[in-house]
Amino acid sequence: MTEPTLADWKAMYAALWRIRLFEGQVQRLAAAGEIPGFPHLSTGQEAVAVGICMQLAREDVLFTSHRGHGHVLAKGSDIEATFAEILGRQNGLCRGRGGSMHLVDAANGVLGATGVVAGNLALAAGAAWAAQAQGRQNISVVFFGDGATGAGAFHETLNLAALWRLPVLFVCENNGYAEFTSREEHSNVKQVSSFAAPYGIATQTIDGNDLPTVFAAARGAIEALRRGAGPYLLECMTFRMAGHYVGDAQQYRSKEELAAVHEKCPIERLKRYLVERGVNQEELDAIGDRTRNEVLRAVERALAAPRPDPATVLECVYRAPVFAAIPG
Amino acid sequence: MQHTFIEILRRALDEELARDPAVHLLGEDVAAGGAFGVTRGLAQKHGSTRVRNTPISEAAITGLATGAALCGLKPVLEIMFIDFATLSMDCLVNQTAKYRYMSGGQLAVPLVVRTQAGAAGGAAAQHSQSLEAWFIHVPGLIVVAPSTPAEAYGLLKSAIRLGEPVLFIEHKRLYTMKEELAEGAELPPIGRSRIARAGTDVTVIAYSAMVQSALEAAQKLADAGISAEVIDLRTLVPLDMATIAASVSKTHRALIAHEAVRNGGVGAEIAARIGAELFDELDAPVLRVGCGFAPIPFAPELERALLPGSADLVRAVRRIMGLADKTRE
Repeated sequence: MTEPTLADWKAMYAALWRIRLFEGQVQRLAAAGEIPGFPHLSTGQEAVAVGICMQLAREDVLFTSHRGHGHVLAKGSDIEATFAEILGRQNGLCRGRGGSMHLVDAANGVLGATGVVAGNLALAAGAAWAAQAQGRQNISVVFFGDGATGAGAFHETLNLAALWRLPVLFVCENNGYAEFTSREEHSNVKQVSSFAAPYGIATQTIDGNDLPTVFAAARGAIEALRRGAGPYLLECMTFRMAGHYVGDAQQYRSKEELAAVHEKCPIERLKRYLVERGVNQEELDAIGDRTRNEVLRAVERALAAPRPDPATVLECVYRAPVFAAIPG
Repeated sequence: MQHTFIEILRRALDEELARDPAVHLLGEDVAAGGAFGVTRGLAQKHGSTRVRNTPISEAAITGLATGAALCGLKPVLEIMFIDFATLSMDCLVNQTAKYRYMSGGQLAVPLVVRTQAGAAGGAAAQHSQSLEAWFIHVPGLIVVAPSTPAEAYGLLKSAIRLGEPVLFIEHKRLYTMKEELAEGAELPPIGRSRIARAGTDVTVIAYSAMVQSALEAAQKLADAGISAEVIDLRTLVPLDMATIAASVSKTHRALIAHEAVRNGGVGAEIAARIGAELFDELDAPVLRVGCGFAPIPFAPELERALLPGSADLVRAVRRIMGLADKTRE
C-alpha cells in the first residue's frame, strides 16, 4: 500500500470507532443477558487491528484469538453478521455455532478465532504453508496476546515458521496481562520480541496504541512477507481498557494504572494526529456520528434476526449428507 | 504377489500423491522413510516439498496440517506413535475436529493423521498404547483402524479422499503381515464394516490387529463345533451399527474384542448400543475382551500376560455359550 492519504486516515479513524462502538454494544447486551457466554473486549487495542488488517487483501488470511472482534471487523467482515453471531443467531457468520470466541468469515479470509490461547499460531503457519506450496503471494496473519508466549505451541510454531520461511505475520498484542496475571508475574522475558532472535525471525516492538506507528511497521513487515523474506514477529505494546471478559471487576489493577486510559486511547491519539493535519473537530464528530449510526443500525437488525432452529443442532458436524444416516 | 502392510501403505500414499497435487505428506522423519519405513523413497519420487520432514513438535505440526487443510491442501500427517498424539490433542480436539461445526459449515479439514498403535516386541508403556477410545469421543473426527494390508490400502485411499479429519490407526504388529492385493478393486467406503468370517452362533466384533485374533479364535471354536461370525469394524467413527444389528439378530450373542484397556473402551460403547437397540435379540450378556487396567509392561512375559489374545476370545465365547470353565486354553 502506498502512503495513506488523509482520506485513508479518516477511514481508519472510522474503523477505530466502529470497533469501539461495536464492543460497547457487546458490553451493553452481555450485561443485559442478551449475549450468551463471556465475550472478551479489545477496547483500547483497536489501533493494532486497524493498522494491520486494513492493509490485507481479501485473500490474505487472518487467525485471531478470544479477543478478536476488532480484527474481524477491521478485515472488513459484515457488522450485522458478526454481531448476529455474537448474539447466537441463525444468520450470524457461523449460524450461531461459533459465537464471540469462534468467529469465522471464510469468504473474507477470516479463518477463525480460537478460544485456546496459542491454539491459533500453528494454524496460521499452516495456512501460510498452503499459500507457499500453491505458489500464491498471500500471507497469513495471527493475533495473540503476550500470555500465549507461555505455551509450547508458540515456540514450536516460531521454529517451524522460520525453518520453512513461511509468510506468516505473528502479531503479539502485548497488553501486559495474561488474563488476570501481569506479565511480570508470568515471565522473566520482558519483551515478546526477544523470542524472535534465536529463531532468526525479524521483529520489532512498537507503540501499538499509535495507529500511524502500527500502520508503518505493518506495511514494512507485510512487504517483506510478500517478498518471501520469511516470518515476522510484530510486538504491539497496547493497553486493555476493559477487563479480561465482560464482568471482570479488575481488582488486580491499580487505580493509577487504569487512570491512564485517556492518555493511551488510540482514538484520542489518532484524533490529535488528524487535528494536527488540519482536520476540524466537526468533521471528526461527523465521522463518529456516522459510524455510530452504522453500528446501531446493524446491531438492531442483528437483534431482530431469527434464532437458530434447534432441529438443526447436529448439522455441520460432518459433511452432509454423507454421514447423516450413521450417527457416531 | 504378496505385499506387507508397510509396502501397501507406501503404495497407497505413492498413488494418492501422484493422483492429487493437493496431497502432501509431513511428519517427523517422513522424508527419510519414517520410523517404520512406510514413506521410504516417496520424497525422492515426489519431491521434498510434497514429502516433508518436520521438527519434533507434535502440537505445531498438527496445527500446521490443520491450517493447511483449511486452505486447499490435503495433508497426510504422520504421528509416529499414537502415544505422541497426546501432544497433538489440543489441536485435534479443539480445532481440527470442530472447525466445520464452529464455522457453521464454512470450512472443512481434509486431513489424514496416520499413526501407529498397539503393543509388540517390548516397546513398553509409552510406545504401545491403544488410545482410540479418546478419539471416538470427539464429534467431528473420523476414526479408521484397518485389520489387514489390503484393507489398509483401500481405507487409506478412501480416507485421503474423504474431505474430513481422519485418524488412521495402524497396528505395529500388522506391519509385517503379507497379503495379496486385488488389483482394480473398488475402494471400501468409510463407515461400512465387513464380515471377516461368517457364522451363526456368536458375533465377535473386532478391529485392527484384534480381527486376526478373532479369526484365530473362530477357527479354534469351529473345531469345537461353535460357529463364530467375525465383524471387522474398519471404522470406529462412524460406527456401522446396521451390520452389527444384522449379525446379532442372527446369532443372538455378542463379544467385543480390542487390545485397548477394557475400561471406557470402544467395547463399552458398542455393548451399550447393543443393549439399548438389540436387547430383545440377546440370549446372553454381551461380553468384552480387552487389556487389563495397567500400562503396557516391558518384559516379554509381562507383555504377554497383559495383552488379550485368541485364547481370551475363546474363553469369553465359551462363557457366552454357557460352556464356561470346562477347558483352560
